[in-house]
Amino acid sequence: MSYRKLLTGALAAGVAVSGLTAIAFAGEFDGVTVNILTRPGYVIAGRLAERGKEFEAATGGKIVVTEVPFAEIFPKIQADWSTGTNSIDVGVFAAGWGVELDAAGLLEDMDPYIAKDTKLDLADVAPYFREFGQKVGGKTKLLMVDGDFQMVYYRKDVLEKAGLQPPKTWDEYLDVASKIHGQDMNGDGQADYGSCIFKKRNAQSYFAIQTVAASFVQTQGTAQGFHFDGATMKPVINNDAWKKAFELYKETGKYGPPEELNMDIGDTRAIFKAGRCGLLIEWGDPGTLQLDPDAAGVKGLIFAVGAVGTKEVLDRATGKLVPVTKENAPYSVDGINYAPFAAFGGWAGAINAKIDQKKKDAAYAFLSYMNQAAQSNVDVTIGATGYNPYRNSQLASTDLWVKAGMPADLAENYLGAINGALNNLNMASDMKIPGAQKYTGVVLDTELARYLAGEITVDEALKNIEAGWEEVTEDFGRDEQIKAQALAMGTGG
Amino acid sequence: MSLADAIDRPGISPAGNAPGESWGEWFDRHSRTFFIAPAVTLILIFAIFPTFYSIVFALSRVRFTADGLNFRFVGLQNFYKQFFGNDQVHFLGKTDSMGIFGTVFFVVVAAALLWWLYRSLKITSWVGMLGRIISAVMAIFIAWVVAASLVSGNTIGTLLTTLFYVFAGCALQFVIGTGLAFLCSQPILGKNFFRVIFFIPLMVTPLGVGYAMKMVADVTKGPFEPLLRGFGIEDWVWSADPWAARFVMMICDSWQWIPFIFICMLAALENVPRDHVEAAEVDGASSIQIFREVTWPQIVPVAVTVLLIRMIEAFKIVDLPNIMTGGGPGSSTESMTLHSLYIWRSNDIGTSAAVAYLLLILTVVVCASLFNYVVLGQLRKARA
Repeated sequence: MSYRKLLTGALAAGVAVSGLTAIAFAGEFDGVTVNILTRPGYVIAGRLAERGKEFEAATGGKIVVTEVPFAEIFPKIQADWSTGTNSIDVGVFAAGWGVELDAAGLLEDMDPYIAKDTKLDLADVAPYFREFGQKVGGKTKLLMVDGDFQMVYYRKDVLEKAGLQPPKTWDEYLDVASKIHGQDMNGDGQADYGSCIFKKRNAQSYFAIQTVAASFVQTQGTAQGFHFDGATMKPVINNDAWKKAFELYKETGKYGPPEELNMDIGDTRAIFKAGRCGLLIEWGDPGTLQLDPDAAGVKGLIFAVGAVGTKEVLDRATGKLVPVTKENAPYSVDGINYAPFAAFGGWAGAINAKIDQKKKDAAYAFLSYMNQAAQSNVDVTIGATGYNPYRNSQLASTDLWVKAGMPADLAENYLGAINGALNNLNMASDMKIPGAQKYTGVVLDTELARYLAGEITVDEALKNIEAGWEEVTEDFGRDEQIKAQALAMGTGG
Repeated sequence: MSLADAIDRPGISPAGNAPGESWGEWFDRHSRTFFIAPAVTLILIFAIFPTFYSIVFALSRVRFTADGLNFRFVGLQNFYKQFFGNDQVHFLGKTDSMGIFGTVFFVVVAAALLWWLYRSLKITSWVGMLGRIISAVMAIFIAWVVAASLVSGNTIGTLLTTLFYVFAGCALQFVIGTGLAFLCSQPILGKNFFRVIFFIPLMVTPLGVGYAMKMVADVTKGPFEPLLRGFGIEDWVWSADPWAARFVMMICDSWQWIPFIFICMLAALENVPRDHVEAAEVDGASSIQIFREVTWPQIVPVAVTVLLIRMIEAFKIVDLPNIMTGGGPGSSTESMTLHSLYIWRSNDIGTSAAVAYLLLILTVVVCASLFNYVVLGQLRKARA
């Protein structure tokens, strides 16, 4: 080999090695694309996409966020992962839905990843979300991006002007709504609404009814639950407590927008930001959404009540309502039973167990990035993201919130309401058993909508739900469901 | 079979090439089969096979597992619960208390259908009789559902909502579409402009129509809000009233599909020989007489065919109620297709397939009955 050829070969090898080295260091996940499926619109999905760009710049891993209608998220993920299509790498959905996917062996166990992750700081995630939201069967299968409770919000200025106190019971909710309904709450000369609730079918109305029903049904602490008898999995729904909740829920419509039955959460958010609602049932979002520029008229005016309760509770032996006492409702306060509902449980990300390891690594790295306090503590203070607080560092102090532009008194009230709900020993958990989406998102939602529309009576609705829930239980296997319920409620398994 | 036989009997193509026949000749002889094979194969793969395979779904409970789909045979349970089980009210409506008007309605319709069947005994073959029995059974069943739910003042289910969209919607579309076509076939100023304008809605995607109509029909912020306010109707919204919602759905669907009727009927009207019309005019016939005696008989074949095609399409209405109301309020605007879609969306594929089969049976029987007993009758009358 001539000297010239040797030199040329050496030069070529050097260029190749330096190029490879450059590629290897350009990004840990260069060439890896992570496909995420979640709900439509900027809420939840928007921030995932924005953080995805940051992630791509830092690691080379590309994040593609696909949005589908709310009611299609779970079935699409389940079908995609189960049939081996695997076009979706990560699903971001209700924490409670993970258990059904995990029962089918479709969720990646994140504990080994977490063990090597120095930035996640799981201890900072509030215990309820860490243990109930993220874990299935004792293993971490999801990472939260959001923490959820449903609360009642009220227009402080409107109630003060009317000389009214924020409602403590659902009867008071109706009373306050009736007294402020028809007032001009935003100065545009039009009559506004006493109560605003998203009641559209195939959306999220079925969460709001559970918020109303929980305090009528659950009295013995979180482990009791308010959907089933844990020992038999017989539905605890065809009784006077749920009947009262249904009737009450329907009656709120008298003080709501005329098109309330066709309003989803986006619609009600638009009208409360426009200053047209005196009371509303919502997740944590109104606290921060009122800081948006398009909500300037109500900034600092929408305050929260962590839980609205009842003076009557269900006697499970007779199915009748009885007055609250310390004996039948040990967590009651001043004769009122509260059961703040952790509706939905928060949006959480789960990784498809069947995808390539490189994709799993990138998917976990991204979910961890979203969950870490450095990102999360900013995201939860921006109303439009749809993310609500779930870390201790977000709940312990008002500093973050005041820094984000929230008035100090509102920040105190907002965090107080969330902490009050989170720390309530009678907090009501959302379903976390196989078929959870079908029990509530299909059966409960359909019958509730038909009752609200006047197609069926409340008795028929409750009877249909009972039959529908029994059908789902039989389908999944009663014994299996009893075990799953015990595990979810922390009473066995 | 010899080559001569093959030429004499072109429909018979024995396997293998005949003695002395070249491959080229053999290929020519079978060319029809080869040309049509790709289309037949595609239809088998994408239409026939899934249709039959879905029977397996309709007879099963399907679960999603890590190993794919798990089937558990449940017989006709998915169908049964639509008629007797938990989903009965959803599908059929409330049928538990038939009122006096409902009873009278049902008895009259059932008696008329039985009389029609009795008369058919004398004039039709056993095959024709079988078809008539199927049609009559379906008609009596639908009459019972109408009597027990709609006429008795009870809630109707997705079955009657679908039939409402089909019969009321198609009738409205046919009358307006034919009327517009008739106007545009006349020598009026700017008719070409109107032809284009009337045709545009058909070119808009149903999804776009749904969202556009949702905005147009919004009585609190939409263009009709001032009008309703002027009439003092401020707190009424169609989306909270079951029948108003169904009518709005039908009107919005009509907005999109009237152009289809319009364009077909316009073509038919323009094919009516001018000399026939002019001859009638010379004979002193009025416009109505000309339309009834000259024009209508000549456009009947197109009219009934267009109506049939439109009805088949109308049975599948899904986009508008899904976008505008999500099937609500309650399930009042939910068609059978949307009913099936919502069940499918909850991954209950077996029940979804069962509802889809019920829709298929309904569509085939109603449309075949219409074709045999109305369309063919009109065609024979037109030819006579």
